[in-house]
Amino acid sequence: MKTIKLTASVLAITAVAATAASARDAIRIVGSSTVFPYTQAVAEQFANMTGAPSPIVESTGTGGGMKIFCEGIGENTADITGASRAMKASEYELCQSNGVTDITEALIGFDGLSIAISRANDFAWDLKLSEVYLALAAQVPVDGEWVDNPYTTWDQINPGLPAVEILAYGPPPTSGTRDAFVELAMHAGCEELEYVMSGGFDGDWVEENCSRMRTDGPFVEAGENDNLIVQRLEADPNAVGIFGYSFLFENLDKLKAVSIEGVEPNASTIADKSYPVSRPLFFYVKNAHRGVIPNLNEFLEEYMSNDALEQGGYLAERGLVSLADDLLMKLQDAVLNGTNMEPKS
Amino acid sequence: MADVTAATDPGPKTGSTADAVRASLARRNRKQKILQVLGLGAISFAFLMLFILIASLVSSGYQAFTQTHITLEVFIDPEEVPLERLPRGGFDDVLEASLASVLKDVDPDDRATMRALGGLPSNGAQFRLRDRVVEDPDLIGQTITMTVPVSDPYDQLNKGLIDRRTPEENRRLKDFEIAWFDQLVAMEAISKPLNTGLISNPDSRFPELAGLKGALIGSFWALFVCFVISFPLGIGAAIYLEEFAPKNKFSDFVEVNINNLAAVPSVVFGLLALAVFIGWFGLPRSAPFVGGMTLALMTMPTIIIATRAALKAVPPSIREAALGVGASKHQVVFGHVLPLAMPGILTGTIIGLAQALGETAPLLLIGMNAFITSAPSGPFDSATALPTQIFIWADSPERGFVSRTSAAILVLLGFLITMNAVSIYLRNKFERNW
Repeated sequence: MKTIKLTASVLAITAVAATAASARDAIRIVGSSTVFPYTQAVAEQFANMTGAPSPIVESTGTGGGMKIFCEGIGENTADITGASRAMKASEYELCQSNGVTDITEALIGFDGLSIAISRANDFAWDLKLSEVYLALAAQVPVDGEWVDNPYTTWDQINPGLPAVEILAYGPPPTSGTRDAFVELAMHAGCEELEYVMSGGFDGDWVEENCSRMRTDGPFVEAGENDNLIVQRLEADPNAVGIFGYSFLFENLDKLKAVSIEGVEPNASTIADKSYPVSRPLFFYVKNAHRGVIPNLNEFLEEYMSNDALEQGGYLAERGLVSLADDLLMKLQDAVLNGTNMEPKS
Repeated sequence: MADVTAATDPGPKTGSTADAVRASLARRNRKQKILQVLGLGAISFAFLMLFILIASLVSSGYQAFTQTHITLEVFIDPEEVPLERLPRGGFDDVLEASLASVLKDVDPDDRATMRALGGLPSNGAQFRLRDRVVEDPDLIGQTITMTVPVSDPYDQLNKGLIDRRTPEENRRLKDFEIAWFDQLVAMEAISKPLNTGLISNPDSRFPELAGLKGALIGSFWALFVCFVISFPLGIGAAIYLEEFAPKNKFSDFVEVNINNLAAVPSVVFGLLALAVFIGWFGLPRSAPFVGGMTLALMTMPTIIIATRAALKAVPPSIREAALGVGASKHQVVFGHVLPLAMPGILTGTIIGLAQALGETAPLLLIGMNAFITSAPSGPFDSATALPTQIFIWADSPERGFVSRTSAAILVLLGFLITMNAVSIYLRNKFERNW
């Protein structure tokens, strides 16, 4: 008898399942962990303001998010994915072949990576990316040989720099900031080196050989806690720290930026890409889900609102580098009207 | 043994065996002593580690069990909150104005000051005010008293986690903000009651609002589904294997596999669930139902093994007596053996469920680590579970989540201890010795 009852209840639950699963009323969002905090903020604000069911925001990483997003159209698939890089051609094809044909691309802002130093240091720091690479990479070319990094002071790299020990505090390998720094600063710096340019090495070679930070002391993994890095930079005016631009912005009273290739990071140089170590942040939305998934349009309105996106908006408070006004207008227009993105090839 | 030694013990006599025994006595005693000391040491070490774990959790987590609140007289200005615009309206401005009216040296026309002042009560305060006004629109134009949480930096300040001696530019709260707070403390508007929100609120990105409600309900549904699936299936499999299955190569093979299954890392079950339940069956991501099915896969081998052990422990004489008075095999099993084995089965099941409650890896794979600001209303609504909620909070940068993570771990430990205590109680109460 007991077994029969239990079987019956299992069946009953499965039946409820079938009905419940077919009616989704919450928006599903996946994607990059860098975009996650911004989407999270919009989701909570949206649920509080409208009383609609709270959107479900999952941090899956950009690549993982694209896989889920491009699975197909329908209630069991995600509506939006966040990305800390533009969609790749292969991902676009995957989407197309699974019937996800109408996608709007939204560039919501920028994430700049800054190298900062204490205000107590009175040298006007300006580094080339190749100098950043030579100071911090595990292996560098010396006299035409690819060897372990021998440099210990900045003036060994460039006589115009101060004769102080190289000491940089940066993010650990588990952090997305580290990935971005390696890709945007280290790889770019590596490619600028005479040895690499004249050696005819390709991108794969750079990826393989220029991705490792040095582990012999001058580069210190300081954990995820940026506050700690700031305290250390204050204690040692010759040390530099690597973190997201928003954090430098918060601490401009104590820290100053190290210019890269002559450009100092600030909201406008990051937005117009003249500051080289910055990356755009995106989200992608399925237009076929609009009007089908309840509240999706309203959620996008909240995301696109000036409250959220403008300079000083609540996303900027969380660290997003906002778009310039004209770009913002274009973005709001494209997303609210559901303009399809340009095909990638 | 005692009798034998007594009978053969020749007493204090000389003899080669007795001498050898006597000579080695000290050595053997010493060995026993060492063994005892080592055992005691091992237990003390385990206790010390447990103590350090609990002590560090309590010392960092106890602050999260209280939350700083502020009590405000709020005048609901009909100009800011017109009746016809409900539920929209400038509820944040209303709160700022009421704060500005009680604090000294606040210029209500200075935008920057007012914005800083708006950061004193929690972001959720305006929505609480809105909900009250929407419920009773007659409140517009009246003055009401509200007690709301303050935002995280002020909570940290009140709990002594922000050091006032650090230079102003290094502090999250500036001198004028601390001065406001001190004025409010002097007016006795600040209180620090028990943080019921930790249990009764769903998740939030604001630490002062974040709670475990969604995770607790999600964990409940996942465990419920896990129990409903794994308990009958596990017992059924165990009864068949123990009472009915012929003993041959095949049943040996099954037994080896079940034992192996119990040792498979849980993340493998997560991958399986992702491919089968979500991929093939098309069940929703992040649903406690899917989580429960995944956990059931893990719990089932534990239940089968525990049930078989409990069935084996029932003496054969009971079976034989029942068979002797003419009961069928079916009647023997369900009428006599199973009821007698039940305490053992329940103990095994509860321990299996307690394991499932603390399981994180498979839930991460099926998306139960999402950020959701509402609690689930059924097993198919997206939700988190207790361990995945801890995972999310531990990753959050806001200071207030440090103590909340520890507090959430303490809540999880509390549940685990309760479940294990229940299983010990059941065992002691119903266990029979033959």
